[in-house]
Amino acid sequence: MNSPALSSRHFRATKFDFGSFFFTGLTGLATLCILGILAVILFNIVAAGLPAISWRFISTIPKKDFFEPATTGVLPMILGTSIRVIVMTLFVIPIGVITAIYLTEYAPNLSPVTRVIRAAVNNLAGVPSIVFGLFGVGFFINFIGQGMDRALGHESVVWGQPALLWASLTLAVMTLPVVIVATEESLKAIPMGLREGSLALGATKLQTILRVVLPQALPGIMTGGILAISRAAGEVAPILLTGVAYYMADLPTKLSDQFMDLGYHVFVLSTQSPDIEKTRPITFATVLVLLVLTFALNFVAIIIRARVRKKLRALG
Amino acid sequence: MQPQGKRPIGWMGIHRGHRAHPFEWLAEKAIFLVSLSAILMVLLIFVFVAREAIPVMFGRMDSALIQPIIPPDETDMHPPEKIREYLGLTKQQFTAMDKDIIRTLMEVKVDAQNEIPPSFRTDPDAKLNTTEWRYLLQPYQWTGYEKPAYIWQPVGQIHKYNIVPLFVGTLKTTAVGLLFAVPLAIGAAIYVSQLARPRAREIIKPTIELLSGIPSVVVGFFALLVMATFLQSIFGYQTRLNAFVAGIALSFAVIPIVFSIAEDALTSVPRSYTQAALALGASRWQTAWQIILPAALPGVFAAIVLGFGRAIGETMIILMVTSASEMSWSLFSGARSITATIAAEMGEVVRGGHHYRMLFLLGALLFAATFVTNMVAEIIMLRFKRRLEGKR
Amino acid sequence: MNMKSRIALATLFVATTVACQAAGTITVKGSDTLVILAQKWAEVYMGKHPEVKIQVTGGGTGTGFAALQNKTTDLCNASRKIKAKEIATCVAAFNGAKPTEYKVAVDGLSIYVSVENPVKELSLEQLEGIFTGKIKNWKELGGNDAPITLYSRENSSGTYEFFKEHVLNGKDFASSAQTMPGTAAVLQAVAKDKNGIGYGGAAYGAGAKHLPIKPSANEPAIEPTEENVLGQKYPIWRYLYVYVNPALDKGEIAAYLNWIRGDEGQKLVKEVGYFPLPAQWRQK
Repeated sequence: MNSPALSSRHFRATKFDFGSFFFTGLTGLATLCILGILAVILFNIVAAGLPAISWRFISTIPKKDFFEPATTGVLPMILGTSIRVIVMTLFVIPIGVITAIYLTEYAPNLSPVTRVIRAAVNNLAGVPSIVFGLFGVGFFINFIGQGMDRALGHESVVWGQPALLWASLTLAVMTLPVVIVATEESLKAIPMGLREGSLALGATKLQTILRVVLPQALPGIMTGGILAISRAAGEVAPILLTGVAYYMADLPTKLSDQFMDLGYHVFVLSTQSPDIEKTRPITFATVLVLLVLTFALNFVAIIIRARVRKKLRALG
Repeated sequence: MQPQGKRPIGWMGIHRGHRAHPFEWLAEKAIFLVSLSAILMVLLIFVFVAREAIPVMFGRMDSALIQPIIPPDETDMHPPEKIREYLGLTKQQFTAMDKDIIRTLMEVKVDAQNEIPPSFRTDPDAKLNTTEWRYLLQPYQWTGYEKPAYIWQPVGQIHKYNIVPLFVGTLKTTAVGLLFAVPLAIGAAIYVSQLARPRAREIIKPTIELLSGIPSVVVGFFALLVMATFLQSIFGYQTRLNAFVAGIALSFAVIPIVFSIAEDALTSVPRSYTQAALALGASRWQTAWQIILPAALPGVFAAIVLGFGRAIGETMIILMVTSASEMSWSLFSGARSITATIAAEMGEVVRGGHHYRMLFLLGALLFAATFVTNMVAEIIMLRFKRRLEGKR
Repeated sequence: MNMKSRIALATLFVATTVACQAAGTITVKGSDTLVILAQKWAEVYMGKHPEVKIQVTGGGTGTGFAALQNKTTDLCNASRKIKAKEIATCVAAFNGAKPTEYKVAVDGLSIYVSVENPVKELSLEQLEGIFTGKIKNWKELGGNDAPITLYSRENSSGTYEFFKEHVLNGKDFASSAQTMPGTAAVLQAVAKDKNGIGYGGAAYGAGAKHLPIKPSANEPAIEPTEENVLGQKYPIWRYLYVYVNPALDKGEIAAYLNWIRGDEGQKLVKEVGYFPLPAQWRQK
C-alpha cells in the first residue's frame, strides 16, 4: 500500500490516528495469536517427539508390543498411509481433472446442469468426514463389496469387508472437490490467447485441450493432487470404519488387505496405551512423523503454486 | 466461456469448418458423463446413508425389551411368514434354513427372554418401543429417574435413544469453536490483506495455511495431552474434558479455513476502491473497515459458512477430547457431538440392528443439515453478489 | 509418471488382487481389553510357527461379535459373555451351529481413584450409588467435600457392559459420566483429577490407586490381587473369552486356540497383567 495517497497523510496536521492504531493493533494481535497457537503446537510436538525419533523407529516393523519405546517402530503405518494415498490418487486425479475440464472448457455457463454440478462439488466439500465413513460402509463394503463377492463366487468374504481398496475409494470421493477446484483454477489461469492460437492453427477443441491446455495446467493439477494427498494422509475418521487395522503382522500386499495407519496409530497411542507417561515420547514421535509427511507435501504444493503463478503472470 | 443466455453458437464464436471427428464427439460425451460423477456421489451418499436409516425413520423397528414369544414347540402352528418376521430374517435366509436351524433359533429366542434379569421383567419401560420418534426427541421419565430427562444410553437392557443431548453437544462445541475462531481469523485476514507490509504478507499467509495442514487427529491429541490440563489449571472448572476445551481445539481446525477464504475475498476487492477511499482522505482503518470489508462480504460470509460446516463435521478432535452425552447447556460440562458418537459407537453395533440404524439416522440428519447449510449459503451469496454488481 | 504408465500400474495392482485369497491367515478381532494380550500371543506364536500369519484388530467386544456374524473374522475376543441375540445371528450365519466359547484368561476390574484421594475403600453398594449418580459428593463417603467426577467407558466396550450389569445391576450410568475411549484414558483422566473415579482392567497399573472393595457393607475390603481374584474373593472379576465358528475350529485355528489356553500361552497372560486361568480350565 505504498500509493502516493497514503503519504499525503504527512501533509495533514500531525494528529495521531487513534483509530488506525487500535484497529491495526487489534487485527495484528489476532494474527499474532494465530501464529502463536501454531508455534506452541509445533514447538511442543517437536520438543517432545524429536528425542524419540531414530532411524530404527522409522524403519522397524513393531514386534511384541508397540507400546514399548525400545522396540517399537512405525514402518507399517508409514507404508499403510502411503499405499492408501497412492491408490486414492489413481482414482481421484483422472475423475477430478476430467470434471474440471468439462466445467471450464465445455460447460455452458448458466445451464442448469453446470449449476447442479457446481453445487454438488461444493456440497461434497462440506460433508462431514464420518459421513464418508458411513458411506464407505454402506455403499462400498456392503453394496459393491458383497456384490463382487457374489459375482466372483467367493465362498468366504473377501471384498465385502473393510479393505485397502474401499478406504482409498472413500478418500477419493472425499478429496474430489479439492482436485476439481485446484484444476479449475489452473485451467482458468491459462490465457485464452493460447487456445485461440491453437484453434487458429486448425486443431480441434479436444486436441487443443489435450495437447496445449492440459500440459500448461499440469503444475496446477499436481498442486491439487498434492493438496488432496496431504489432506487424505491425515484423515482418520473415514478409514476408521472402512479399512484400518489395529495390528497386523505383515505389510499389506493386496487391495483386499487391511492396513495400519499413522493417524490411527496416534489415536491408539493416545487413548489405549497402558502407561501414558511411558509411551508419551513415542506418541509425540509418531505425531512428528505424520506432521513431517503432511508438511513436506504442503510445502511442495505451495512452491509449485508460487512458481506457476509467476510463470503465468509472465505469459499473460 | 459460452456467451451468456444465448444458444451456443460455437466455442468463442468460432464455427468449425468441418465436422468434429466422431471419436472426438464420443470423447466429449464421455467427459460430460464423468463430470456428472460429483452429482452422482452426492446422491449416492444420501441414498446409501438414508437407506440404512429408513426403518427407524418410519418407525418400523421395534426395540422393546419384552416382545411376545412363540414357544418353539408351536412353530408349526403359525404361518411361515409370521415365523420369518418373528425371527427377523430375510426371505433368502429363511428359505435357506431347514427345520433344525429354525428350531434352534426359536430356542435361542426363548433363552434371550429368560436371560432378562427379573427386575427388568416387571419394568414398565421394558415394553416400550424406544425407537419411536416420541422417545427420540422428547424427555421421558425412565424407571429409576426422578424426573423426565433426555437420555442417550443405547447399551443396556432398555435402549435409550434420545438424540437431543447429541444435538446440544454438537451445538455447544460448534458455538465455542466459531466464537473463538471467526474473530481471530477475520481479524488476521483484514490485517494480512490490508494493513501489513507486502513482504510480511508473503510470510504470514503461508504460515497460517500451515495450520490447516495439521491433521485433526494431531490437534485432538494435542488438546487431550497438553491443553486440557493447562486450561483446567487456568480456569479451575470441574470436568477436565468438556465442551469448552473441545471448542477451542475445534477452532484450531476452523481458523485456517476461514482465514484463507476471507483473505482471498479481501484481496480480490479491486484496488480502485482502496485508492479512491484514500484519495478522499480516509485513513487506512476507515478504508478497511467501512469500504473493503463490506465489499468483500460475500466472500467473508462464505468463509464463515465453510468454517461452520467444518466445525459441525469434525470428528476426531471431539472424539478424543469429549465424552459425556450430557443434556446440559453449560459450556464446562461434558458434551458429545453427533460425529463423535457415530465414530465411537459404530464399531459395537450389530449390523442391521436398531442401534446401527440409529447411528445411520444420525449420519443422515447430519448430512441433511450440512447440505441445507450449503444451499442456504450459496443462495445468500448469490444475492449478495447480484446486489453488489447491480450497484455498479 | 505419465498417464499411460499410471493406468498400467493400476491395472497390474488390481489384477494381482483378484486372484484367490491365500489361506493361512488367522484373523482375530474384538475386545480392546484383550487386544494387547492378543497381540502378544500372536507375536510369540508366529515366532514359533512362521508359516501362520495372525492379524489382530481391536474395536470393542461388539465389533468382534459383529465381525463373527459377518464372517469377517475367525476368532472373536470378548470381554463379556455372548448375548442370546448375538447367538441368534451367529446361528443364522453359521448354518445352525452356535459359536463355541473358550475361556482364555481371568480379569479383575479395579476401581481407580487418584492417589491424592483420602478414601480407602468402598463397598459394592456405594459403587452402584456413585456410578448411577445418586452419591454425588466425596464427603458422603468419608472423603473431601468435593463433587465426584465419573469416568466410564465407551458403549462398545465389554468392560462397560460388564460393569453396568454386575456392579450397577442393570441401572444406567449417570449421564454426566465421561465416556473415555480406552482403559488407559480412564486411568490417565483419574490420575489427573483428584476428584475422579473410574474403572478398568487391573492390568493397567500405573498412575492411580486401586481401591479395595467390600462385597457388602459388613465384610472386609478385598484388594484386587491375583490371589483374591483367582480365589473369587474379590467381587468384581470376569472371564475373558474367545469365540469361534465351530466349522472353523480345526487345523491351524484349533492349534492356536489350544496353545493360547495351554501353559505357554497362559504364561504370557501374567506378563501382560491379567490373571491366568485356573488349572481346570486350561488346555492340557
